[in-house]
Amino acid sequence: MSTDLLIPTVLVIPLSWGVISLLLRSRWNPSFALLGIVIQAVAVIALSAWIYREGSQSYGLAGWEIPLGIELVASGLSVTLLALTALIALICALYALFYLRSYPRQQSYFWPLFWFLLTALNGIWLAADLFNLYVGLELLTLAAVGLVALNADKSSLEAGLRYLYFALFGSLLYLLGVALLYGGYGTLALTLLPDLLAPDLLTLLALACITLGLLMKTAIFPFHFWLPPAHGGALAPVSALLSALVVKASFYIIAVIWLSSYDALAIELFWTPQALGFLGACAIAYGSWRAFHSQHIKMLVAWSTVAQLGYLMLFFPLAFGTAEHAASLAWQGTLLHLLAHGFAKAAMFLSVGTLVLAIGSTSIKDLAGISRQVPMSLFAFGLSAVSLMGLPPSGGFNAKWLMLQSALSSEQWWWVVVILAGGLATAAYIFRVFSVSFETHKDTDFKATHPMLDVTALLLASIAIALGFFSMVPLALMELVGFQWLGGEQ
Amino acid sequence: MSLSFWFPLAILGTSLLAAIFIFLTPEQRYRTRASLNLGAAILKILMLIWMIFGVFQGQLYETRFTLLPGIDFVLRADALSMLFAGLSSLLWLFTTIYAIAYLEQSPNRSRFFGFFSLCVASTMGIALAGNLFTFLIFFEMLTLSTYPLVVHRGTKNSLAAGKSYLRYTLVGGAVLLLAIALLHTMVGPSDFAETGVLKDVSPALYPVLIVLFFLFIIGLGVKAAIVPLHGWLPLAMVAPAPVSALLHAVAVVKAGAFGIVRVVYNVYGIEFSAQLGVLVPLAVIATVTILWGSIQALRQTEVKKRLAYSTVSQVSYIVLGTSLFGPVGTVGGLVHLLHQGIMKVTLFFCAGNYAETLGIHKIKELNGAGARMPLTSIGFTIGALGMIGIPPTAGFVSKWYLGIGAANAGMEWVIGVLILSSMLNAAYFLPILYRLWFLPASAWPNEHIPAKRFETHYGLLIPMVATATMSLVAGLLAFAPFSPLNWASLISVREYLP
Repeated sequence: MSTDLLIPTVLVIPLSWGVISLLLRSRWNPSFALLGIVIQAVAVIALSAWIYREGSQSYGLAGWEIPLGIELVASGLSVTLLALTALIALICALYALFYLRSYPRQQSYFWPLFWFLLTALNGIWLAADLFNLYVGLELLTLAAVGLVALNADKSSLEAGLRYLYFALFGSLLYLLGVALLYGGYGTLALTLLPDLLAPDLLTLLALACITLGLLMKTAIFPFHFWLPPAHGGALAPVSALLSALVVKASFYIIAVIWLSSYDALAIELFWTPQALGFLGACAIAYGSWRAFHSQHIKMLVAWSTVAQLGYLMLFFPLAFGTAEHAASLAWQGTLLHLLAHGFAKAAMFLSVGTLVLAIGSTSIKDLAGISRQVPMSLFAFGLSAVSLMGLPPSGGFNAKWLMLQSALSSEQWWWVVVILAGGLATAAYIFRVFSVSFETHKDTDFKATHPMLDVTALLLASIAIALGFFSMVPLALMELVGFQWLGGEQ
Repeated sequence: MSLSFWFPLAILGTSLLAAIFIFLTPEQRYRTRASLNLGAAILKILMLIWMIFGVFQGQLYETRFTLLPGIDFVLRADALSMLFAGLSSLLWLFTTIYAIAYLEQSPNRSRFFGFFSLCVASTMGIALAGNLFTFLIFFEMLTLSTYPLVVHRGTKNSLAAGKSYLRYTLVGGAVLLLAIALLHTMVGPSDFAETGVLKDVSPALYPVLIVLFFLFIIGLGVKAAIVPLHGWLPLAMVAPAPVSALLHAVAVVKAGAFGIVRVVYNVYGIEFSAQLGVLVPLAVIATVTILWGSIQALRQTEVKKRLAYSTVSQVSYIVLGTSLFGPVGTVGGLVHLLHQGIMKVTLFFCAGNYAETLGIHKIKELNGAGARMPLTSIGFTIGALGMIGIPPTAGFVSKWYLGIGAANAGMEWVIGVLILSSMLNAAYFLPILYRLWFLPASAWPNEHIPAKRFETHYGLLIPMVATATMSLVAGLLAFAPFSPLNWASLISVREYLP
């Protein structure tokens, strides 16, 4: 097998596993899934190692070439995101193997949807043109909605439907923008567009449609309202996948498109980056406020996702219209935040899922005494919380540091305030949980849970912490072909 | 990757690994946990002794790797870090012995000792940190690992204390982060260095540097309990006695004070700080804290509360010494870092002994306790006399050097402050000593441990006797090699070299 076949392989494996899981009897599903997890992990490791050695590679699907073709590009950045996806998805899958024993009915639907979700995500990271990105996004939406509605009770169906409507509406807006661009420039390739773009109304309109559509899918304030019921109501491994990966995919597309188009439109867009940053600040404030007032632990974590996604939006004011040094710090900080939040939030949803299984309630009040009864889950929760609060040592802290440096060196002190206050707000809602967990006056009945549930959550949380010491690994990998490739010559 | 690379990491790692294994130890495995605890503590002291000799001979121990572009993670052994690391590992050993006896039969011990070790790992990191970024990592880790200790009892009071503790320390941490990030933007990456790193900055930046200096003091001052940022400390007294001892003697307040020492000597540099004119305001801040803490201590009726306010006051002696320009003042501040630690830990051990043995919490219940618990009361007396600064205790040495340092720095008014504060110290400690030794005993509030061979559990007694003896010896043998005074003078010589 020639090495460049590795690129489509990471798509083909989950796709075929998805199709076969549909046909398989449900009792075979777990062992089949386990096999797939191992094979997919090997494929991603092989691909990453290859890219690390040889630099960015591309693969033309079915012989179609640019400008029309279906081309897959594996750059340092896409490999980093592939590795993130593989790690989180596979650990979540391991968790699901044991977690779903309590949900036998949902099990047979979970696995096909899980594999389709993985295919879609990998497709997005590898896509090199706007239409492939669209295909990935649509598959992602459908798989994600299916996973949200897995419980098939009234509230999860409602949440799933709401999610579906907004995601589809967002996709339509995105597609409209893409169509406008194609009409104007005759190509959708991300490598070609930056040089062609003219600062006219059409391009601006296209960019506006794309950005708006994707902000809806990313659940950025004020389009966040579909997220908490969808993420807070789903099964634990599903919530973890959705919060850690799915919303990041649409943000990634916005970032990539902005990086390739901003130079051409810098004058027309003059205050837009600040406005997008302002949306982020609102997301941080509102999401934290709602998290602080949540009565249910899963809703708290879901609202926390709304708040944390706000940090990603600070990328725009920090990276666009600023000096190169500040811009590259912002890019590194944003990507590191994306990674750290992915690991930490996945770990948090998994540990909360275990806690809920153990105490049989989702109410925060009922968490009293868990520090004694379910210490490992709480410890995983605690470690992931360190990263979310942006306290050292953790990937979240390093991301915060890079963003702070970017804001300070571009003298945008208002974002400094937002970043610092955001961390304190996170601590405020997180420590509500800890505070209750140390209470001792009550005795609840605790159900024993499978130790693998704790092991997987702890593993993800430890990665979020370890990222505080090994940030250079993803940063170096992303830099292989990073900022410059995306057209951002600031 | 030689021995000198791994050594600082190994010293940190002993407590970190101990923490992990203790967390995993089942609750009932009493002996396993105790041997893990003591084994790690003793191993660390041995490694540290080795390192102190190395540093004395000019050996360089440094762990360094890149964390982020332009940011290194640096653990380095210099004379100053050995001072704090020595204090921390020595007192950890004694506090661990004490805590094992203190918490016998109480629930959640794995959790307690796990975080306890984590807390000591953080203080080792703070001691060995070679730049501000690394310092911040462990400074925040300390906040997180002490919170579970403060709320350990899980009562309403302790949860409320924990909340206030977090409010203060997390905001302080954010201010410190801002200060460090700003400094990094202005002067780029820089490690701690003897005589500072800012001397060559352009004079145009001086006003910003002055503002930044006070941002540092605010950020660090929360943990150092500088007035008016000290509110968390008296509340945190609800924690179990070993926690109070550790919090007050080494961990939290010392981390703040040590940070101020680092910023003044190894970031700004003492001569540059004097040139900027930030030392006199710092001395005023320290003075206000010293006097305010003492006055508040006078008004307290609970033993632990009075000791808490005494800590507020005493820790600022370190800050005061730091703000005195001149080698003698430096020695006074640095040596008090150690002396206050061993004396305060003794006092808290004693307070814990009274509470555990006889159920005494209020000062008026101490009447006549000297006869019932003579060793504890002698220990308390030594600690209290040390705090007042009566020779030959360690506290006298500190105050003597601070006074001469003030005269050398041309700040004679500080001597007046020292005398006034010593009088206040006497005013709140001597009545306690009078009650202990000269008033007749009444019935004890709640006698838990009857007097048998010893006046109380031997595990509570041994560490207290050890630290009380050290408080005396540090004063009596102040000029012996490797005494706190001797080591502080070594640091001071290195700071003022041209």
